[in-house]
Amino acid sequence: MSGLSLFEKVWREHVIASLGGGFDLLHVDRHLQHDLGGGRSLQALRKRGLAVRNPELTFATADHVVSSEPGRSGGAHDWANVLIDDLRLETKRAGVRLFDVGTDTQGIVHVIAPELGLTLPGTLVVCGDSHTCTNGALGAIGFGIGATEIVHVLATQTIVQRKPKTLRATFEGTPPRGVYAKDLILALIGKIGAVGGVGYAAEYAGPAVRSLDMEARLTMCNLSIELGAKIGMIAPDEATFAWLADRPFAPVGAAWDRALAHWRTLPSDADARFDREVSLDCSTLAPQVTWGTSPEDVIGVDQAIPQTAKSDALAYMGVQAGARIAGTKVDRVFIGSCTNSRLSDLQAAARVARQGKVARHVTAWVVPGSMAVKRAAEREGLHEVFRAAGFEWREPGCSMCVGANGELVEPEARCVSTSNRNFVGRQGPRARTHLASPATAAACALAGEICDVRTFLER
Amino acid sequence: METFTEVRGIAAPLLQPNVDTDVIIRVERCVRTPKEELGRYAFEALRLRPDGSEDPQFVLNRDPWRSAKILVCGENFGCGSSREMAVWAIAGMGVRCVIAPSFGEIFHGNCFQNGLLAIRLEPQTVERLARRAADPGTATFTVDLERQLINEDTAFEIDPLQRKALLEGLDAIGLTLSRESEIAAFQAADRKRRPWVYELPA
Repeated sequence: MSGLSLFEKVWREHVIASLGGGFDLLHVDRHLQHDLGGGRSLQALRKRGLAVRNPELTFATADHVVSSEPGRSGGAHDWANVLIDDLRLETKRAGVRLFDVGTDTQGIVHVIAPELGLTLPGTLVVCGDSHTCTNGALGAIGFGIGATEIVHVLATQTIVQRKPKTLRATFEGTPPRGVYAKDLILALIGKIGAVGGVGYAAEYAGPAVRSLDMEARLTMCNLSIELGAKIGMIAPDEATFAWLADRPFAPVGAAWDRALAHWRTLPSDADARFDREVSLDCSTLAPQVTWGTSPEDVIGVDQAIPQTAKSDALAYMGVQAGARIAGTKVDRVFIGSCTNSRLSDLQAAARVARQGKVARHVTAWVVPGSMAVKRAAEREGLHEVFRAAGFEWREPGCSMCVGANGELVEPEARCVSTSNRNFVGRQGPRARTHLASPATAAACALAGEICDVRTFLER
Repeated sequence: METFTEVRGIAAPLLQPNVDTDVIIRVERCVRTPKEELGRYAFEALRLRPDGSEDPQFVLNRDPWRSAKILVCGENFGCGSSREMAVWAIAGMGVRCVIAPSFGEIFHGNCFQNGLLAIRLEPQTVERLARRAADPGTATFTVDLERQLINEDTAFEIDPLQRKALLEGLDAIGLTLSRESEIAAFQAADRKRRPWVYELPA
């Protein structure tokens, strides 16, 4: 018998019952809630006459509808404040811990869960948000669920899931300068397509992944869902443990030692078998940027838009097949989202921002992922770097990644964004999104057009 | 949940790949529109032109497909966000069945929570059905869940658990609540095995 993969080991530890046909009833260790659906789901539960089964394993924050305007106290609109107030009322009633706006722990749910040590290796984490896969960077199984499933988890602390197949993506070689975790995962999506991971739990492995720091690993796992994989994981290692130690909800003392001994058993066995294996050579990659309306529409920044590009995507984006992507004029730059809003992302962007000024026709935002990120960045003076260069330094939340708070890119305006989705209308009706790394986004802000960040890094 | 045994109605071809849930329902509709009214905003980005008028080229704006009960879709239909409003919006249009070579997985799960039958078929089979749907003379389909047959000639597979849930309109929460003793036993054992998961600071 072959060995087990990381995914199989963690899945197996959570099976309460097998339901037949490949479906299992799984224990949920961490249920994360946010302002978009949190209040409503708790109300729905109450209306059924049910209580939250394990409020101590349920955690909430306000991120989707909060304003990112400097000096904000909640949402920018009445309807947003209703959602935030509902979340406050319902979490209080249910005894669920809320990391509220206005406190030092608020932030994007997939930024704060790892940052607070809520997400631990080997845990099973769910949230009503598809980017819950981000949490897999710690060696957890994290996946997004729908509104009905949220109520199921609240009521039972369990979820019914069909066990997916396994895919291992091995990243070989050393990425060149200017190529970050965002570029690696976008390149993988470009290679196997947005449907390449459908039906699989992905594991990212190989030397290029092992050498990534934890924040970069979170970026990589964040885009699993854009690969079609609901789950994406990276084996926990010494870097994981060092990063987790002393986080507010991480175990301490003897409990830490015991947990650590367990976590060391989780990485895939050497003879583990995967249903699909793919590999990617990172050593020849250029910084990546998307040209179309799916994350799979991605090319090196030094390349031309493919001649085979779909005409509807070209028309929507206002670009030409065969044209070089570099030199495309941009109107907005958004540095933020659960993909790329952590301290190291802001540091990478600031290194570029130090070298110039945001082009006069560009509006550029930096939206830190959490209050903790914001404070840490300010301690380093990054907010001053961004402001001096002409970027707006804003308050933590999902902001313009999804525009649920009303912060939108204007119709037909072009935005280089460090977020995860370049879908039609994602950042606003008819908005044109180009996905890229924080360093590339900062470079585009300065150049006023899509440009190769490597020219800034060589200076 | 509404039960599902058989659906007979117009099928609309919508073969573009990677139709995501942002395209199916915009986020501000998720936030500010009651569930019952979501249907009218489904596929807004494809249905409407920049000036807000209907795009006559879009299949769901044309007769007979305007009243489609079945959608025949491209690969990775419903990819992206977990928003269940995407399913509510499609159901709100009167659609009861979606056929595609592959689905966004969270969307696929959400379909079955709402009595919407999502059928995976080989790409060639989907293309054949789409050609049939594109002709108004043959666009009326019958989807029979009990016999797992489309138009009496195309068989489909479905997970037995999901089939049963649709046929009987099962309440998933009620079913799991009946396993409370198993859940409690699991947690008691797990607390000893992985205490750090449960012992959290006040």
